[in-house]
Amino acid sequence: MDNLLEEVQGIFRDVFDQPDLVISRASNARTVDDWDSLAHINLVTAIEKRYKIKFALGELQELKDVGDMLDLMRVKLASR
Amino acid sequence: MNLETYTIEELQLKRKSIRRQLLKIPGLQGIRIAVLGGSTTNELVDFLEVLLLASGFEPVFYQSEYQRYYEDAVLEPHTIAAFRPDLVYIHTSAVNIQAYPRLSSTEAELSAHISAEVDRFRSIWQSLQKHVGCQIIQNNFELPLSAILGNFDAVSLGGRTRFINELNLELARSIQKIPGVILQDIQSISTRLGLDHWVDPDRWFSYKLATTIEGSIAIARSLASIIRAIYGKSRKCLVLDLDNTLWGGVIGDDGVDKIQIGRETAVAEAYAAFQEYCLSLRERGILLAVCSKNNEEIAKQGFDHPDSVLKLEHFAAFKANWEPKHENILAIAKELNLGTDSFVFVDDNPAERALVEAQIPGIAVPDIGPHVSQYPSILDAARYFESVSLAGEDLQRADLYRDNAQRASAQASFANYGEYLDSLEMTAEIERFRSVYMERIVQLTNKTNQFNLTTRRYTLAEMEAVIADGSHIGLYGKLSDRFGDNGLVSVVLGKIDGNCLHLDLWLMSCRVLKRDMELAMLDRVVAAAYRVGVQTIYGYYLPTSKNSMVADHYEQIGFVLFSRDADTGASTWSLDVTDYEAHNRHIKILELSHG
Repeated sequence: MDNLLEEVQGIFRDVFDQPDLVISRASNARTVDDWDSLAHINLVTAIEKRYKIKFALGELQELKDVGDMLDLMRVKLASR
Repeated sequence: MNLETYTIEELQLKRKSIRRQLLKIPGLQGIRIAVLGGSTTNELVDFLEVLLLASGFEPVFYQSEYQRYYEDAVLEPHTIAAFRPDLVYIHTSAVNIQAYPRLSSTEAELSAHISAEVDRFRSIWQSLQKHVGCQIIQNNFELPLSAILGNFDAVSLGGRTRFINELNLELARSIQKIPGVILQDIQSISTRLGLDHWVDPDRWFSYKLATTIEGSIAIARSLASIIRAIYGKSRKCLVLDLDNTLWGGVIGDDGVDKIQIGRETAVAEAYAAFQEYCLSLRERGILLAVCSKNNEEIAKQGFDHPDSVLKLEHFAAFKANWEPKHENILAIAKELNLGTDSFVFVDDNPAERALVEAQIPGIAVPDIGPHVSQYPSILDAARYFESVSLAGEDLQRADLYRDNAQRASAQASFANYGEYLDSLEMTAEIERFRSVYMERIVQLTNKTNQFNLTTRRYTLAEMEAVIADGSHIGLYGKLSDRFGDNGLVSVVLGKIDGNCLHLDLWLMSCRVLKRDMELAMLDRVVAAAYRVGVQTIYGYYLPTSKNSMVADHYEQIGFVLFSRDADTGASTWSLDVTDYEAHNRHIKILELSHG
């Protein structure tokens, strides 16, 4: 499993308090229970804090799944 | 679980599992909170929930839709009333200001804009007090994120910085006049964090969140401390180590002449500043105590140092010996009749701190760090001593406890206890509740844990409603003696039901324990009950972890056991008032002239 995906999975597990939650690049708000708008804010805030990156306005709306988000994170981490 | 030790990131990530663990704690006290927000309030409510759980509450929340705070409170208050909140929190931010004055504003226009904003909030509070009747917490405003006039923004009649400053002052003036409304000082809270760290415009545009996550947590922490204060869970006593805590150096080794205190060096100044901070806490009603590993005689010399700000007379208890500190602190708790969960312990030695924290349930032991110059801000940040009002009683409390010490020494020389009580020359005023005392009555009701038969809590609004309904007898008792005035120390509240009186409340401050004040109260309760045709008085004892001292209260004052619940230990007692004879022998009752 890809390292970044594994780390992000850890964040998902904490935010949802589901220690056995498994996510993949194809996961999205429809496939993960409890991924509502409030959980979304928590996830984004947690990722921004952990990796010291900041998503720009509108960037997140264009993402369709976790894979898209990981790719965007990699771009931001590379240019940090 | 000590949430102070979590970083903001940990608290955010682990919130759900922290919540799950805290919910397992037995004996949590239910509390219903309505949050009316001008922004998305879920994040701060989530944090508030875990902070309240960690303080022994189990909160249930109602949240208005984003920006519906005014409509919910004024136009549709019945939805909130149906939720039956104990507290309503109105959370608004600079983004919710209805209209700022224009840049070319005149004095009159500025005043009109301020009045318009304050009137809007006043109508919210009035509607809530009328239709919901609960405690209200209202925050003031952070300064505007951008001051387009720069420094002149704080001066110009059209400057937003000046507008917010004046608005906050006017809010404070209004709230000061309205019992039942408490101000949360977001202007200070946001300033501590820094405005640039308080607001993230992206979060507003994306989620309608008015603050950063750091801001949400800061708001939640301050709200939790206000709520603890409302429910009498603020700390009451600061226990202090001596060497390298109240002065620099070790007095037993260095001698009183060599300890660092005063104005001679930077270090000496920092210790003097901390002593001044402790003294100011004492002046607002926090008790000070010493717990130090020292020879008592030598330790006391430290306070004879000419530059010592604190003097021996400022301490309600003084333990300097070689016994383990936790044992000394338990002895202090007993001496002062306080629970250790109202104590804060400050000691520069991490090993002593760890021992005390492990051995004493509920005591707060902040990681005070190695720099005495930081002690005041560390203690302030933890908000241990939050208060929602300052009654005259608070300002005198430390002296009251010192008077108690004098009474204890007087007690030693009497042939019997009755003779001692007579020597105190006690006078009590026991009367039906009066509006001037309502604030103190509610304060005492909410913070008394030991001599409290039912431990029922009331907000000011609830207590006023109970008294207004005409079917209750509420009596307060004040007690003074030759050493001083103890103030308002006892409350009894009963509900009249036909020819019965049910005692919902009977409580008394522990500083007048064993003074026969409860007998004087009983005499007056019986007399008041008799006048309205009551034949039987029912008393109730509901056991808690703290009120075992009154388990036999009703038996001792002549009530007969009526029933006892085998599971909970709760008991009901009855007293026939028709052949009652007065019990009080040692307290003179002051008769107020009515009319």
